[in-house]
Amino acid sequence: MNETVIQNFSRRQFLQGTAAGLTLGFCLPGFAANLLAKAGQAPTITDFEPNAFLRIGTDNSVIVIAKHLEMGQGSYTGLATILADELDADWSLVRVESAPADARRYNNLLWGAAQGTGGSTAMANSWMQMRQAGATGRAMLVAAAAKHWKVDTGGITVRDGVVAHAASGHKATFGELALAAAQESVPAEVQLKEPKEFRLIGKRAPRKDSAAKTDGSAIYTQDVFLPDMLVAVVAHPPLFGAKVRSFDARRARSVKGVVDVVQIPQGVAVLAHDTWSAKKGRDALSVEWDESGAFKLGSSEILARYRELAKTEGAIAKVEGDTAQAFAGAARTLYAEYEFPYLAHAPMEPLNCVIRLGTDGCEVWNGEQMNTGDQYALAGLFGFKPEQVKINMLYAGGSFGRRAGKDSDYVLEAAHIVKAIKGRAPVKLVWLREDDMRAGYYRPLFFHTLEAALDGHGALLGWHHRLVGQSIMAGSAFAKAMVKDGIDATSIEGAVNLPYTIPNFKVDLHTPVDIGVPVLWWRSVGSSHTAFSTETFLDEVAASLGKDPVALRLELLKDHPRHAGVLQLAAEKAGWGQPLKAEPGVRRGRGVALHESFNSYVAEVAEVTVAKDGSVKVDRVVCAVDCGTAINPDNIRSQLEGAVGFALTASLYGEITLEGGRVKQGNYDGYPLLRINEMPKVEVHIVESANAPTGIGEPGVPPLAPAVANAIAAATGKRLRRLPFDTTELAV
Amino acid sequence: MIKLNVNGTTHQADVNPDTPLLWVLRDTLHLTGTKYGCGIAQCGACTVHLDGTPVRSCITPVSSAVGHKITTVEGIDADRVGKAVQEAWRRLDVVQCGYCQSGQMMSAVVLLTENRKPSDADIDDAMAGNLCRCATYQRIRAAIHEAARSLA
Repeated sequence: MNETVIQNFSRRQFLQGTAAGLTLGFCLPGFAANLLAKAGQAPTITDFEPNAFLRIGTDNSVIVIAKHLEMGQGSYTGLATILADELDADWSLVRVESAPADARRYNNLLWGAAQGTGGSTAMANSWMQMRQAGATGRAMLVAAAAKHWKVDTGGITVRDGVVAHAASGHKATFGELALAAAQESVPAEVQLKEPKEFRLIGKRAPRKDSAAKTDGSAIYTQDVFLPDMLVAVVAHPPLFGAKVRSFDARRARSVKGVVDVVQIPQGVAVLAHDTWSAKKGRDALSVEWDESGAFKLGSSEILARYRELAKTEGAIAKVEGDTAQAFAGAARTLYAEYEFPYLAHAPMEPLNCVIRLGTDGCEVWNGEQMNTGDQYALAGLFGFKPEQVKINMLYAGGSFGRRAGKDSDYVLEAAHIVKAIKGRAPVKLVWLREDDMRAGYYRPLFFHTLEAALDGHGALLGWHHRLVGQSIMAGSAFAKAMVKDGIDATSIEGAVNLPYTIPNFKVDLHTPVDIGVPVLWWRSVGSSHTAFSTETFLDEVAASLGKDPVALRLELLKDHPRHAGVLQLAAEKAGWGQPLKAEPGVRRGRGVALHESFNSYVAEVAEVTVAKDGSVKVDRVVCAVDCGTAINPDNIRSQLEGAVGFALTASLYGEITLEGGRVKQGNYDGYPLLRINEMPKVEVHIVESANAPTGIGEPGVPPLAPAVANAIAAATGKRLRRLPFDTTELAV
Repeated sequence: MIKLNVNGTTHQADVNPDTPLLWVLRDTLHLTGTKYGCGIAQCGACTVHLDGTPVRSCITPVSSAVGHKITTVEGIDADRVGKAVQEAWRRLDVVQCGYCQSGQMMSAVVLLTENRKPSDADIDDAMAGNLCRCATYQRIRAAIHEAARSLA
């Protein structure tokens, strides 16, 4: 994405630039038509579009244009909450539409020139932009009303979509004022609300996607049907890096409903009138694969290599003080090793993409998370200009990072198929669950070692963290910004920014480059492993020093009030320090973990029961979160509840295993997800804050696994140092 | 030509009798509320009712649905229990990505039709076949209790 040079518009240029281009009208309601007639304007406008994020219709509809993907994290509702508050709209009349792919208007302000959703940035980057968009719309409505009523703007109030002037008794809805407001010039400066004036932000604003997602009407990519559309199911290589040597499509072509079979760089695609026929056709294909250049190691061999690498020093990611001296002079040292498997995102909607190819452009329907990257990749493949690639951003049935392809993998696969049939029909690429699970782009497998140096008086003197794992960013458009001196920032995030005061501190990293498994960001990225090793190891340090885990952390958090704040809040609400009730003979324990990610701070206290056979039941998780201004508190609770369940899946079950390069798991039978009977009771406590809002989609994930492992240690005395947990170790 | 009764309406479908009901509902009738998640009855996203009994439509041949009343999420509000479930799901904002929720609600309707006051254990038994990757389980549980209250 570095090649995408986008001009940075000033806010004023931006607003003016997008206020143009209003479209032809229809029958106008009397009030607005009168206003226009008086103003001497031809009635050629149907809506009030003060900027790229807002459209107010004469029917009182308030449409918020969302530049970010809604994949469950609540972005549509959050963006609308911010804008509608500054606009003083009636929440019940607010609707959300997805923005087209257009990096000039809809770039992620924290990503520079690219539009996309990820890194828990949707609210953080949109906060001021959406407030200004709403306030601008409000100011123009007020100006239009003042002109019409011949009153000062000062006496005008706006509430729930109604503009009123109490002194003169005038009153009008947004819809009645829309056309007049469209004639107003865009103000250079707008007054934003003081936080105490918020009416939606920080209050209850129900989700905008609940209705459509509970009556079957919400449209995901899987639900797109176009005239003459063909469904493609693809035979993918059984190994990463294998290629098609030859194939026999005679049996596949004889399947009723199958219309074509084409070879593409990713495999062999069977096209049919419907999904089931395409699947039957794919199953009837006979493909011979060229595995000469394929990656053939198994997970255990990869791990063995990483263990070897970990015996030597890697690239230095961070160093403070002198760890060598600290360890040489230590009264005691602790050492531990940690293993993390590959993880699949496994969203409930397997990946898919619809593309219609024409001579002067193409149109895409996709749960689109990497709008600009995919737009440019498609433009490159088809030989179009980016603006000839129209992308419809639909709801995604989960993603957890997977739809933010760093190299547009599945989008380009769909494109190659539609190109191979020369655009004769629109194509819906459908990955069956097995295609999705075996396609790679996993959270990378990692190996860590941790060493601590303790003095004779209960102090933590030294900390040395070594990590071994593939780089996510290498080879992606983000590499230039995210990989410095051979260190991928996402490999060591959460490890280098440990908040604890430790005088001698070192983190080093090995980044193997000869592992042919595609890897990708997976909800919470590096923190999905660094939080586990650091927070369980610190618990071991506390035990070794004979200190309470919360007390030790607080002692080491003197300069980090927001970390300390959530830790204290979670501990207090969880009843930390009070004995945990347990029947005689039942092993129960409580554990805590704290982690900062995506500029948000989360502490979690887990309570577990460990059965005689070693099986672990997490009974309760108390979360405390500081994510700055809580835009939509109910959504924050929802995200943390979900993050606990998502992370518990990774703690208990999540593991993609390679054997001879082949991915063993293919469906939910081999890659189980947490079920409702295993879901703990989750309580969420939100720190009140006037800081700018930060991430919420991911930060709830990292602390869960270490909190549970620490609780298991409290219950059993056993330290689990690999994910997923091997609970057979806990049997008695 | 196969004749199907879906949500009280009769539909004709020119499909092979061994085609799973899921793909006939989705690709032939364009009733897309019923979702594909796994194809092997592991996730429950494809749950529909046959004469009020929950089935996984991804492994149910369309031929076995002939002559039965098929209910999908699009028809959920025609019934008092279904309406209560849908409203509870909305009041509590259960959904996140929403992809599994049609199946979740279809399972919840059967539970509440048979048991107007389910305990947490009853909910676990009835709902453990429906996966949610967003892990909205806490709200699913609460919404079932809420729907039960509204039906009492």
